[in-house]
Amino acid sequence: PPPMECIFGLVGDGFTLLVADASARRSVFLYKQDEDKIFPIDEHKAMAVTGEPGDTTLFAELIQKNLALCTLRVGVPRSPHATAHFTRAIMAENLRRSPYFVNLLLAGHDKDEGPSLYYLDYLASLQKLNFAAHGYGAFFILSLFDRYYRPGMSLPEAIKLANLCIAQLRLRFVISTPAFTAKVVDTDGVRMVDLKNEGVRMVDLKNEEEMVVVEE
Amino acid sequence: RVAMSIMQYNGSAVLAMKGKNCVGIASDLCFGVQGRMITTNFRKTFRMQEKLYLGLTGLATDVQTLHERLEFRLNMYKLREGREIKPSTFASVISNVLYAHRFGPYFVEPVVAGLDDTNTPFICGMDLIGAPVTPPDFVCAGSNTEALFGTCETMYRPDMEPEELFEVLSQCLLASIDRDALAGWGAVVTIITPEGSFTRTLKGRQD
Repeated sequence: PPPMECIFGLVGDGFTLLVADASARRSVFLYKQDEDKIFPIDEHKAMAVTGEPGDTTLFAELIQKNLALCTLRVGVPRSPHATAHFTRAIMAENLRRSPYFVNLLLAGHDKDEGPSLYYLDYLASLQKLNFAAHGYGAFFILSLFDRYYRPGMSLPEAIKLANLCIAQLRLRFVISTPAFTAKVVDTDGVRMVDLKNEGVRMVDLKNEEEMVVVEE
Repeated sequence: RVAMSIMQYNGSAVLAMKGKNCVGIASDLCFGVQGRMITTNFRKTFRMQEKLYLGLTGLATDVQTLHERLEFRLNMYKLREGREIKPSTFASVISNVLYAHRFGPYFVEPVVAGLDDTNTPFICGMDLIGAPVTPPDFVCAGSNTEALFGTCETMYRPDMEPEELFEVLSQCLLASIDRDALAGWGAVVTIITPEGSFTRTLKGRQD
């Protein structure tokens, strides 16, 4: 499907911010405006997915559950580096069988690695980056990041930059995407971020309803 | 969306040259998707052994997959044989791996550069189904091989010392990737000599 949906992320000072647009659409129809595309993978990792509608949820949950299994078996959660390569391996293996048409951004936090962001496209090309974006929105967002991103930004600064990107999309992108959800990954775990008020509240990973953010 | 050959979906450029008892291998640093740059530190040359380097151009996902597979095969070789692999043997291994996927190939064009156990320089290039060629001078691969061949043919001369080889290799690669819209954003050059190897990163045109 054409990449109308956009996801982007950036690494800041001790955290990684992931932002995804909250629309679920197919051809000319807009099904909902409060879809959460950022899946918490485990305590200190989150994955924002975009692409083929069924494949996205399927792949994200596949990674979630396999990582949970690994943690149960080994006793220690995998590092973001290992998780990213594990995800790439699954995607690359299936590329020539039954490909997952999923573009994703994997955000993680590790006490050794610090905050990290991994870009993985649907062909399973993996890159570790400071900032990244998928979708048509990337054309606008990457330029803004090139201009305004600095390593070691604070969370309020990162949220301000995210809001700048969203404002630019509203102004210049032909597809209207009014609603965005955001999550931040840091030493405290995966948390929902309210882009409007720059407030942060804890996400209860066991509560399914918590996973949805509704923009007024 | 522009219709592009699969080999040019992510741009790349790798060049290897023989010198006097030394070899050089160089690649550009760009990772892009259909002309859009994503990152500028994706090097396409990999150290397989102390005196054996592998360069991979083509589709980035296959570059990563093939590098992982070949590293695995090399580790297994080392465990079984108890010694390091010769560059010519490694080239045969790659050729075999690629031809095994004759009708569903990896979209890569590998370049092997190294010194064998008698410190004789060895370079080899291959197409995506593993047809090898071992020329006496240089090997080019990537999204704009015409430019690479042009500069190399002009500036190459046999029996270059390591520093001279570094200079010629760098200039050939930089001049070619400047003319390639898909590759570029800097380059990394490795020169392998019997005493050791050195790697230097070059800053070229940042576009």
